[in-house]
Amino acid sequence: MSRSIISQPCPHLLLRGARVVDPGAGIDQTLDVLIEDGVIKQVAPQIPAPDNFEMINAAGLVLTPGWFDLHVHFREPGREDEETVLTGCAAALAGGFTGVCPMPNTSPATDKAEIVKSIIAQSRQTMVDVHPIAAATKGREGKEPTEIAELVDAGAVAFSDDGCSVRTAELVRRVMEYAGMYQKPLIEHAEDESLCLKGAMNEGVIATKLGLSGLPTIAEDIIVARDVLIAEYTGGRLHIAHISSKGAIELVRRAKAAGVQVTCEVTPHHFSLSHEAVIGFETNTKMNPPLRSPADVEAVIAGLQDGTIDAIATDHAPHSSEEKNVEYPAAPFGVIGLETAMGLIISRLVLTKKLSLSQAVAKVTVAPRRILNLPPAEIKAGQTANLTVFSIEKKWVVDKTKFYSKSRNTPFDGWQLAGKVFGVYHKGQWWASPDF
Amino acid sequence: MIVSKHLLGLAGVRREEISLILQTAQFFKEVLSRPIPKVPTLRGKTVVNLFFENSTRTRISFELAEKRLSADSVSFSASGSSVAKGETLLDTVRNLEAMKIDMIVIRHHASGAPHFLATMIDAGVINAGDGRHEHPTQALLDMMTLLDKFGTLEGLKVAIIGDVAHSRVARSNIHGLRAMGAKVALCGPATLLPRAPREAFGNDIEIFTNVDDAIRWADALNVLRLQLERQASGLLPSIREYANYFGVTRRRLEAAKRDVVIMHPGPINRGVELESDLADSEFSVILDQVTNGVAVRMAVLYLKSGGDLEVANGAA
Repeated sequence: MSRSIISQPCPHLLLRGARVVDPGAGIDQTLDVLIEDGVIKQVAPQIPAPDNFEMINAAGLVLTPGWFDLHVHFREPGREDEETVLTGCAAALAGGFTGVCPMPNTSPATDKAEIVKSIIAQSRQTMVDVHPIAAATKGREGKEPTEIAELVDAGAVAFSDDGCSVRTAELVRRVMEYAGMYQKPLIEHAEDESLCLKGAMNEGVIATKLGLSGLPTIAEDIIVARDVLIAEYTGGRLHIAHISSKGAIELVRRAKAAGVQVTCEVTPHHFSLSHEAVIGFETNTKMNPPLRSPADVEAVIAGLQDGTIDAIATDHAPHSSEEKNVEYPAAPFGVIGLETAMGLIISRLVLTKKLSLSQAVAKVTVAPRRILNLPPAEIKAGQTANLTVFSIEKKWVVDKTKFYSKSRNTPFDGWQLAGKVFGVYHKGQWWASPDF
Repeated sequence: MIVSKHLLGLAGVRREEISLILQTAQFFKEVLSRPIPKVPTLRGKTVVNLFFENSTRTRISFELAEKRLSADSVSFSASGSSVAKGETLLDTVRNLEAMKIDMIVIRHHASGAPHFLATMIDAGVINAGDGRHEHPTQALLDMMTLLDKFGTLEGLKVAIIGDVAHSRVARSNIHGLRAMGAKVALCGPATLLPRAPREAFGNDIEIFTNVDDAIRWADALNVLRLQLERQASGLLPSIREYANYFGVTRRRLEAAKRDVVIMHPGPINRGVELESDLADSEFSVILDQVTNGVAVRMAVLYLKSGGDLEVANGAA
């Protein structure tokens, strides 16, 4: 049973004394933020509290633009037992996210305008902005492109056959050209399926020890190489989802240096865990792309540091415990991530000084919106207030029984993390986390 | 000495524990040669043999071991995946456990299936082969056979020949033999060798892709069964080519050490990985392996259910 979000309308609010970090505006200082009718009226040191305004003391807390996750799976339509748009939005908000992009590998696939509209309509009753990503090909079958123009009109912000790669180079080219007319990227799940038959984990030393079939890094690298070349040729926009291999990161690095319009994202599990976590056959370590070698994890960190990796996205992939509570090769790929992302980003990247707080925040605020051509959520007067407030110091222990998501498939249960959501302001409403 | 009630594999199992199992197996082998080859050691204990994959010799070997120890045992065979049958492995085993059993012997096509069970239930779990991961009792009986022949495993050179990548027998043998001080070589076509074998198993592992080199190097050859469907999956150009280039033949054995032994976990594809004549030759210890299998499984069942060697000897 998942938990419910209880937010309250709060048109007039003074958030006092927070460390305001807005990487887009280059702000990192202690400020007050005054909100009137859901719009930021003033950002300044020590604003006097007007009458009839709620006031929240945010001293010691960090205030950033609302976090944005450009890669989630909400399972609606088709598998509402695992997650719905509403429970997914609750999990997003509990994790500090005010915007999310559900992937189209639902059942049926999100390949028609009506499905895009229905997902957006579902989300209107929540505090979270939902921007669906539509399938690149009809039924995600890799045969014909979807009706891209119609899907854009319905609200799709990008195109992807996530769960697998767009099957042929020809289709990648056509989708990139067509979606390019609307400045929408192709988001590619980079995996050459012919190299991955029956694979259950990263191919390498641990797979050899465990006797599990491998998913080799070259399967990822080959598709990234193919698509980068097509993006260069067509001038289209390519975004690589959940990048995980050292080779793929290097390919993106070189392509960016050559001026190709390519961006990429990484998940918190790919910078927090290596394939060594699979020892013991815990199925919550089974994801696609798989947890890679320690050398790949190092490359991910380096890619985050030098900007090769633009964004952090959770690839929140809910699965029922019945599906995950099986022998390793039989378990589905994927783990949930919306409610642990902030803790992992702060604990594994910021507190370890691998990234500055501003760099880390940029990866979940400025970068994903820019990749999708969405307007930024800036902290300045005149902007709609879209804010995440959190502590980077508060320690907490991940307890999967307390998740707002319908599913519980996390490899981080029991981990002690720092970095906890205090509250979220969006759509004129304030939600205060009851777990802070 | 025996620290876990489970035998999930030989990875990480210490030399002392393997030695104890092999010594105990020698004792039970003596029991098996008596007019009434049976002891009351596991009387009152219930063992379930859970075979999700076809198996004849391993299942019968376990069943015999259980009967020789006077355990109550039942066997369950289900071909194919438990999931495909509509019931999960966990549900199957929870039902069995509700019937108050003491041990489960499991063979399953999924690597890690016994490990999964061991985290879920109270009964002891003995791995009778999981996917391409481990087959610990097979490796123990292989080691027992080598000990019978050579007297020690220390410094012994054992070449494992064939489809190492997909072999649970190979993995358990590598771990067990290295723990006991033997030297291990892996030999096969590159498509059937696992990735990063030295990083996975130890830098001292020898790798050969020429079977003549492996034969010249070895004191013992452990020839693996070739799954004939490997050709269909593109890992081999043809079975004929495999037999010609990687099959162990009498002609090839001319370059071997004089007292070389040939092992095979069975069943043999005669004329593919092993020349038919050789399987029945003076070099072959294949039937000794089968005999030792019962003794080893008796030892494992006995020790994992809390027994120790002194008591076993006393009971004799």
